[in-house]
Amino acid sequence: MDLELTDEQKSVVQTIRRFVQEEIIPLEQALDYDADTLESEDEARLIAKVKQMGFYGLGIPEEFGGPAVDLVTRTLIAMELSQHRAGLYAPCYGVFGGGGAAQLFEASEEQKERFLYPTLRGEKTSFFALTEPSGGSDPARAIQMRARRADDGWILNGTKLYIADADKADFGLVFARTGESKGRDGVTCFIVETDSPGFHVTRVTHTLRNAKYATEVQFDDVRVPAANILGELNAGFAIANDRLMRERIPYSANCIGVAIMAQRLAIAYAKQRETFGAPLSTRQSIQWMIVDNEIDIRSGRWFVLQAAAKADRGERFHAEAALAKLVATEAGGRVVDRSMQIFGGAGVSKDHPFDRWYREMRIRRIGEGPSEVQRLVAARELIGGSFK
Amino acid sequence: VGRQWRLLTEQGVRTVGGYLGVYELREGSGEVIRIGYAGSRSLHGLGGELRERLAHAGPDIWFRFEITSAYLSRHQELLMQYKAVHARLPRDNPERPEQVGRLTVNFGQDARR
Repeated sequence: MDLELTDEQKSVVQTIRRFVQEEIIPLEQALDYDADTLESEDEARLIAKVKQMGFYGLGIPEEFGGPAVDLVTRTLIAMELSQHRAGLYAPCYGVFGGGGAAQLFEASEEQKERFLYPTLRGEKTSFFALTEPSGGSDPARAIQMRARRADDGWILNGTKLYIADADKADFGLVFARTGESKGRDGVTCFIVETDSPGFHVTRVTHTLRNAKYATEVQFDDVRVPAANILGELNAGFAIANDRLMRERIPYSANCIGVAIMAQRLAIAYAKQRETFGAPLSTRQSIQWMIVDNEIDIRSGRWFVLQAAAKADRGERFHAEAALAKLVATEAGGRVVDRSMQIFGGAGVSKDHPFDRWYREMRIRRIGEGPSEVQRLVAARELIGGSFK
Repeated sequence: VGRQWRLLTEQGVRTVGGYLGVYELREGSGEVIRIGYAGSRSLHGLGGELRERLAHAGPDIWFRFEITSAYLSRHQELLMQYKAVHARLPRDNPERPEQVGRLTVNFGQDARR
């Protein structure tokens, strides 16, 4: 992989950086420190601007109307989009658009008409329901939710936990056990419409993210037509694996973006803040923290870009994606922690973004597969075997 | 919301600190008229928010509050609970019902009837 960005990539990075600094950060100054959304007029104006720039819907494949951007460039963009207070979980407050549920790009034509295209037009929203009270990191074995055949389709019963957006979505992708197998083979993915009788959001779960809650969802004899099976029966985990793995790379790059911003703030503060008659930046303990930050940032950046480059070349990138997620999320957490330390008491106040990054970055080591599972995936690639 | 109802007066508000959190206002009749929060931009936190409400409130308005750093998600949860029971939002809340999520309260009791 060439370590130098192309002229086009440099231009894209500059454009996005300017957008964040000129459009997002000024608006952010007036929002609640934990806000996840802009005022609706600002949001509409900025979405129009992003569309004009040609970057709207970065997660949408080109054949479905997304911009023609390779994964390396998307990863570079993701590192820029997250360089503000809300940037980790709400990069640019969503004005660059979402990609929708990646699995729907592989749905049947009829399903695409009913669910994917309305989602891409912004007319419908969805949720993703895999985790249950029995577990999430090993869903193939933890899933207890059952779907049994009925005359006109399937009947779902069970509970899903820590599900985002189920209370507002129009439909969800729900994984349930349909076969006798105890593992991956017996699980099917259903598209469940939330106005179906028996669908209940029963509890709000508060997390480290103030603006975003998760929910518990109960399925009480929910009838789902056979036409709403996504992919093959008993093969729910076979859908969109490569797409999901690709998405994990810009997701990891967001952590590096936040780390870059934290480091920038820490260096500026260390040069300006004096203790015992000299700037903090002259103290070796602070210098080492800044150097350690830089090591984390550069290694994380390398891991995410290398994974993206391998995916762009069409090569197998399972180990690289897992390592990128592992390294970027853990490095990001360390950088935010050290930067907070450099700021001292000011670092823990809500006047600075470290408080929010510290809480949200902690989730990143668990969400989208915890560090331990990423190690398992990488080990499986390096050593072989299924680790059952 | 955990704490007991208190009459919304200058004296009552004075006992509330500058914490982050959520609050409810109700009329003497018992009808909840507003569910709000004191966020990171609130001047003087819950105490400041309630003092602001007091300035525009009639007599016989009661309040209760809950201190929480998850004030945004807790605020949404309280609105969802209210909407689930009343099929609308409290009279003085500026949000629109469609902006608030759906919730089934007492699942396993009401839902199975």
